[in-house]
Amino acid sequence: MTDTLTPPDLPEATEPERRASRLETARRSPLVWPVLALVLLLAVNTVATPTFLLVDLSGDRLSGPLVNIARNAAPLVLIGLGMTLVIATRGIDLSVGAVAAIAGAVACVHIAGSPDPGAASTAVVAMSLALACCVALGLWNGFLVSVLGIQPIIATLVLMTAGRGLAMLVTDGQITTVTNGVLSGLAVGHVAKVPVAVLVALAVLGLTAFVVRRTALGMLVEAVGINPEASRLAGVRSRTIIWTVYVFVALCAGLAGLMIAGNTNAADANNAGLWIELDAILAVVIGGTSLAGGRFSLAGTVVGALFITTLAVTITNLGIPSQTNYVFKAIAVIAVCLIQSPQVRHALRRRRTPARTVAGGAA
Amino acid sequence: MSQARTEPLPETARRPGDAAPVVELRGLSIAFGGVPALHDVALRLYPGEVHALMGENGAGKSTLIKALTGVYAPDAGTVVVDGQERSFASPADSQAAGISTVYQEVNLCANLTVAENMLLGREPRFLGGIGVRAMRRRARQTLERLGLDVDPASVLGQHPIAVQQLVAIARAVDVDARVLILDEPTSSLDADEVARLFEVVRTLRDQGTAIVFVSHFLDQVFEIADRLTVLRNGRLVGERLVSETSQLELVRLMLGRELETLDRLDRQEAPPVDRDRTPVVKVLGLGRKGALEATDLEVHEGEVVGLAGLLGSGRTELARLLFGADAADTGEVEVHGRRARVRTPRQAIDRRLAFASEDRRAEGVIGDLTVADNMLLALQASRGWLRPIPPAQRTTLVARYLEALDVRPADPHALMRNLSGGNQQKVLLARWLLTEPELLLLDEPTRGIDVGAKAQIQQLVAELAGRGMAVVFISAELEEVLRLSDRVVVMRERRKIAEREGGDLTVGEVLETIAAEATHTHLTETTDGEAPR
Repeated sequence: MTDTLTPPDLPEATEPERRASRLETARRSPLVWPVLALVLLLAVNTVATPTFLLVDLSGDRLSGPLVNIARNAAPLVLIGLGMTLVIATRGIDLSVGAVAAIAGAVACVHIAGSPDPGAASTAVVAMSLALACCVALGLWNGFLVSVLGIQPIIATLVLMTAGRGLAMLVTDGQITTVTNGVLSGLAVGHVAKVPVAVLVALAVLGLTAFVVRRTALGMLVEAVGINPEASRLAGVRSRTIIWTVYVFVALCAGLAGLMIAGNTNAADANNAGLWIELDAILAVVIGGTSLAGGRFSLAGTVVGALFITTLAVTITNLGIPSQTNYVFKAIAVIAVCLIQSPQVRHALRRRRTPARTVAGGAA
Repeated sequence: MSQARTEPLPETARRPGDAAPVVELRGLSIAFGGVPALHDVALRLYPGEVHALMGENGAGKSTLIKALTGVYAPDAGTVVVDGQERSFASPADSQAAGISTVYQEVNLCANLTVAENMLLGREPRFLGGIGVRAMRRRARQTLERLGLDVDPASVLGQHPIAVQQLVAIARAVDVDARVLILDEPTSSLDADEVARLFEVVRTLRDQGTAIVFVSHFLDQVFEIADRLTVLRNGRLVGERLVSETSQLELVRLMLGRELETLDRLDRQEAPPVDRDRTPVVKVLGLGRKGALEATDLEVHEGEVVGLAGLLGSGRTELARLLFGADAADTGEVEVHGRRARVRTPRQAIDRRLAFASEDRRAEGVIGDLTVADNMLLALQASRGWLRPIPPAQRTTLVARYLEALDVRPADPHALMRNLSGGNQQKVLLARWLLTEPELLLLDEPTRGIDVGAKAQIQQLVAELAGRGMAVVFISAELEEVLRLSDRVVVMRERRKIAEREGGDLTVGEVLETIAAEATHTHLTETTDGEAPR
């Protein structure tokens, strides 16, 4: 290029850099706070029950409160991963609980109706069938959102309410109980001492992280979430991208639904995965992904899901009366959200500068 | 920027026999982050006049209005109301001084009644609640004062946009506004509705209100305004009586000669454009209702075609239709002599077209992504998400373009939103160059960026054309269009009115073309059914 131009003065060139590096830290910090909250929660439990953090390695499987937390968190982690991508595109999926219920219903009804309900092959067919149904449901949601342009919260509300009805139709209004080793193994089984549910969640996490960060999906999802119009003009097929994430979250919900069904050995159309959509959204938010879309954090969501599950355990562990359950949960969630709010953090930082000890008490 | 020339306001522009202005701005300067948006600007508003504020995008009209309404605090200069120096700390201060604004988009609540909209925030009270009857009575009085027959109890949303606009004006004058600012009030109205609006404006003027009228429709300005003030590049160009100003003079004031001297571009090395060959892109009768009348255009290899015209002339619309950013109603596009279906940007990119929008922030920049991601977006999008660009290739490509376009900071990991406008523009250009386009559509690529980056981008355009790329170059600055273009297409009122060879073409000739056509359309306006939309 020409050299005759007056170059912008150097301070201007370094200022954005400095701001950018500060932003880098700020962007990473959303992960810091949920992790701290989780650690704090574990610390509280350890004070109440000194053996809380111990994992028993002696038996034929790992056992201890931490293992239970990890196992119980698995469905929420799965759905949270899908939800993260949906939210990153400025969307939301309220139907995941209903989809989970449908997956459980389809699998259980197929197993119950087959000639050999206990066989592994029956379970495999049933699970495949259930997941195929979930793909179809995800396609439906994606169609409403990306082709018809219906607001995601409304579009998925349809399936949220209708889905449980579909599950009821599948199960004929009954709670269908089954006895199948493979299905229940998904929830309560162990491989190399580790709960299968945890392994499945880890596998999906690894696969998602790989696909999202090694292909261009993550970047395109973020681009669509941050500036849909600019993305359209840059030739991004946002319809395909949005469709993909809704199918993905439905698939995750289906897997979670199978776990839930395996855990109880039954398909309960009314209660399987009830309110899990709200917990999943909460996990995403706690994990630092903005509901406004854009940049997302899969690791943050996992931490958020673990936090929510640990919170439930804490309530029992501390012997908090069951009637105050929800209030306690609400307070904990509000605390986490407050800590993440830029305004609050800014205010804290200003107070912390003169006296550094204030921060510890606030967390 | 050397010849800052704020001429003293000419005597002729003063209204004879009039008292002091109701509002006067003197020596107003505002800068954002060191970039001046307004420099030493003056504005005088007299009671009972319609004062047109003229200028192209980025001339500083909105900044001036925002300074007047207390949204921005000026860095220098004074605001004088009724001979007293004032400073507005907030829009409320400005309103209290009698200055009301109606913005381009009607920002009222469609689900409330007309009366509620008019008195929102200052409802008459009754028994601790809102006095509905008193509110409707007061609303009716104001509406009657404006000669409007609208039921105050009706829901606003059921009225057409034009009526909503009039209600917005009624809301603004209800506070005893002595200055009423109308920002592009006619941009979404048809001819009848404009006439109705003007009736209201005249009524208000005759009642002694000073009205600031911002519009890019010249004919409307000449119809309604008494005086006008022209801004260009944040500077005052002049204040005139409309009755003593010709359209040509006004156009010249708005678009005229750039005073800053940029490097002369060296285009001698570029081979002459061969017009006998099949054009890269040929457009036949491309049009869209309310945006562009059927238009033909040819762009050849290595040719820069400039689109000249005022804001709203159709210059942006033509580029958008060609790229599929908006879908055309009529017309055909041929790429290398083959008919091409270009209904979406995706299809256009597949045909090797590229389009840099005039609205960088809304339609280009992905602020929260890095410079590297922003640069690679279009290329990656055309590969699909399953085929990521290999990391090594990413690094080389990004590094190459950061250097070639002199992006500062040259940090691929910097967040896009932290870059200056000029550097963002360079990254966006790189985004398109990476797709190796055959036709590059540039809409105002140098708007709002510093002089250095501007010259670099102009140089780049010349180089690209020299290497055989076809370029469509749109700019509000005629000087710039003429300097770069081999051929200039002049547009006006949503259609192409002339096509001239570049080279010896002068700014004056283009201005005359625009203005001559203006006089023509002005005379035949009654027969021309095309409504401004």
